[in-house]
Amino acid sequence: MIRFVLTALAFVVAALPARAIDIKEVTSPGGITAWLVEEHSIPFTALEIRFKGGASLDREGKRGAVNLMTGLIEEGAGDLDATGFAAAREALAASYGFDVGDDTFSVSAQFLTENREEAVALLKLALNKPRFDEAAIARVKSQIVSGIGSDQNDPNEIAQQTASRLAWGEHPYGSDSSGTIESVTALTRDDLLTAYNDVVARDRIFVGAVGDITADELGGILDDLLGGLPETGAPLPEAATYLPEGGVTVVPFETPQSVAIFGHEGIERDDADFFAAFVLNQVLGAGGFGSRLMQEVREKRGLTYGVSTFLVPKDLGHLYLGQVASANDRIAEAIDVIRDQWQLIATEGVTDQELADAKTFLTGAYPLRFDGNARIAGILAGMQLDGLPINYADSRNDRINAITQDDIKRVAARLLRPDDLHFIVVGQPEGLQSTN
Amino acid sequence: MLRTCLIALAALVATPTMAAENVTTFMLENGLEAVVIEDHRAPVVVHMLWYRAGSADEEPGVSGVAHFLEHLLFKATDKLASGEFSDTVRANGGSDNAFTSYDYTGYFQRVAADRLELMMQMEADRMRNIRLTDEDIITERDVILEERSQRTDSDPGALFSEQRRAAQYLNHPYGVPIIGWRHEMEQLDMADALEFYRTYYAPNAAVLVVAGDVDPAEVEELAKKHYGPLAPTVDLPVRTRPQEPPQLAERRLRFDDPRVSQPYVIRTYIAPERDAGDQKMAAALTVLADILGGSSATSVFGRALELENPKAVYTSAFYSGLSFDDTTFGVVIVPTPEYTLEQAEAEMDAVIAQFMEDGVDPAQLERVKTQIRASQIYANDNVGGLARRYGAALTSGLTVEDVQAWPDVLQAVTEEDIIAAARFIFEERRNAVTGWFEKPAPEALEVTQ
Repeated sequence: MIRFVLTALAFVVAALPARAIDIKEVTSPGGITAWLVEEHSIPFTALEIRFKGGASLDREGKRGAVNLMTGLIEEGAGDLDATGFAAAREALAASYGFDVGDDTFSVSAQFLTENREEAVALLKLALNKPRFDEAAIARVKSQIVSGIGSDQNDPNEIAQQTASRLAWGEHPYGSDSSGTIESVTALTRDDLLTAYNDVVARDRIFVGAVGDITADELGGILDDLLGGLPETGAPLPEAATYLPEGGVTVVPFETPQSVAIFGHEGIERDDADFFAAFVLNQVLGAGGFGSRLMQEVREKRGLTYGVSTFLVPKDLGHLYLGQVASANDRIAEAIDVIRDQWQLIATEGVTDQELADAKTFLTGAYPLRFDGNARIAGILAGMQLDGLPINYADSRNDRINAITQDDIKRVAARLLRPDDLHFIVVGQPEGLQSTN
Repeated sequence: MLRTCLIALAALVATPTMAAENVTTFMLENGLEAVVIEDHRAPVVVHMLWYRAGSADEEPGVSGVAHFLEHLLFKATDKLASGEFSDTVRANGGSDNAFTSYDYTGYFQRVAADRLELMMQMEADRMRNIRLTDEDIITERDVILEERSQRTDSDPGALFSEQRRAAQYLNHPYGVPIIGWRHEMEQLDMADALEFYRTYYAPNAAVLVVAGDVDPAEVEELAKKHYGPLAPTVDLPVRTRPQEPPQLAERRLRFDDPRVSQPYVIRTYIAPERDAGDQKMAAALTVLADILGGSSATSVFGRALELENPKAVYTSAFYSGLSFDDTTFGVVIVPTPEYTLEQAEAEMDAVIAQFMEDGVDPAQLERVKTQIRASQIYANDNVGGLARRYGAALTSGLTVEDVQAWPDVLQAVTEEDIIAAARFIFEERRNAVTGWFEKPAPEALEVTQ
């Protein structure tokens, strides 16, 4: 049997010739810093602005305020109401995305070179002078409340939210950033102004820009867009404490297929062993069809369509999570297989082949991430948020390649704790009960 | 109806055309059609192989076999062990996957540009040489049943959509779900899979799309080397599926499910699709969907139903012209809790009637066209997206010329075209399926006789 592997190996030796990307640090006349990649072949620019803090800055009893504020940024600004603003943006064919996560509030903009000045002026209006009109508040509130209602009937959302609540309790990480129907309904215009002032401030800005724009042009835009924002926002919340013990929590839900989220505490992004954990996770559950869990649960037993694991290093706490879905009469078996693999890798580590394959994949896949102006702009802002150096991309693959079996064994023994695994199962699983 | 395509193919062989500045095409003697899209910004390539065969090309009774086969193509061939295809892609730092639709099945890999030949070598190998075991059939059938559980049976919205499609198409196989009906999926076997495979997995039923940091002449050389030796299917069936009879009765569906939290009304009408050389009506319908229900802040629905005196939390109009046979045009309204589904439907219909009376706001049409023009610029940032655009079009009965003419056809749409398209769609309720998606009413405490 002739195998293609030989050819493949020959290719691997000649490692991917990542064309070094040329990232420049730009400091505007007003003192705002951004990372820039000039790419003049397509006449538009992607701009990513991230504010550290995000939905975790919700004040006590005001869960969902930052999320609602985010939803209203584009719903009227300056002398334009919601329709006027949207009509102006559409006439420029610009796009502004506003999004919020636990740790960041982000603005993702794309605009054409031919009307860049007008597009930036309009975005400035939204970022600096949002109106928070009562009519718009009522409308966006009802959309959010409708979404919360849908989530309450979605087994994946129920599992996710149960996992967060068990993990973090009363900390903002412990509840969904959309808030509850009650908390969102009670929010006032003043709450939104407070959320805006807490989140959108100059002391927490990270910017990436990619496209048909020069350093000088970007400098001017930064000052224009962000220079007028308040100097400081709200202080970041305290670190979150991970609460649960190992076990099973069943959330009864009428559905033919159970969904499960499982995991325990993870590892910090700036831990010396983070890269080793990242490679280990690739072998265990992040490697798609090639991962241990996918092989054992799907390929060998047909117990699921998909199983995966992921490291969740947040600013104020960290988790190591996985998810799987399986028929109600098969989920218990899927869970057993997952536990066994967790135990097996914790004690025995991974094979040399698995380690080599994971490294080859991760180093080969890294350059493929730099896929288009908007994605690169996001990566540039993210690297700054993580405190990485501007030349990080050049050395990142060397760090992956430097991981040894000793590193993997050390981090596996520390990171993988089968007895601490907690499975949240939503459905009507046969042969599974909540532990206490 | 079986007919040979070989004669037709001979006439088309070897006519490379420079279609746009970065798009090149060629065709191999065995009928494989190819499109190359150049993007030299990063040393990456997307290699896609599309087959002109989807779930609508299945024989009756084996629903889901096109998708089942898609899964099975990752098993062994003469040269590759089961799973080795994806392992090799991964070992080279790439990613790969596949997808099945009504009109096509596609396989793709994204890798460093210098690994293109390896991808072609493997993809060509599995076009004609898979070797399935009974074990593969049993395990993978369990996987697709789990997939159906996850994507469809666990999601009342997906179940509802399946029921509405079945009611929409009286005769055409578009009424059968891509994933398959469960009772038929459970019976799928080796013979079903292989019959579909031997018929459709052939160079004269395939479209190759290569996009990224590549040289078109080199791509053609590689394609000749790896795909060139493959034998075409001599009796490849002509794609004539059972067509729709005149639809004479409006259909209305109510779907109750306790998992429904947000009731809505959705209505779809049978509508013409984009046809080769004739995309005018489809263009008018595309712009109509945008004008009527595109942006919630500026569309006709958004302004009338969501903004002023809100009756809905969400509205939309939708149309996809990319389809081999007749497609659908749809409208949807998710009412605020104060409105019943009956009221919401009436409000939506009133807005549509008023729109056809008032005509199109010229400023709104101008904005929509500006965005269509800009989307051509933004699209160049995503070479994978461009590759999909060509692959889907060429397997849905269109040509490279149609894809490239499409932006101009859209720009040429007039206010009159849009209103004419609206009348064509909305004034024939017999073509429509209206669905109410709701929670079951609370059960009566007592039943009297």
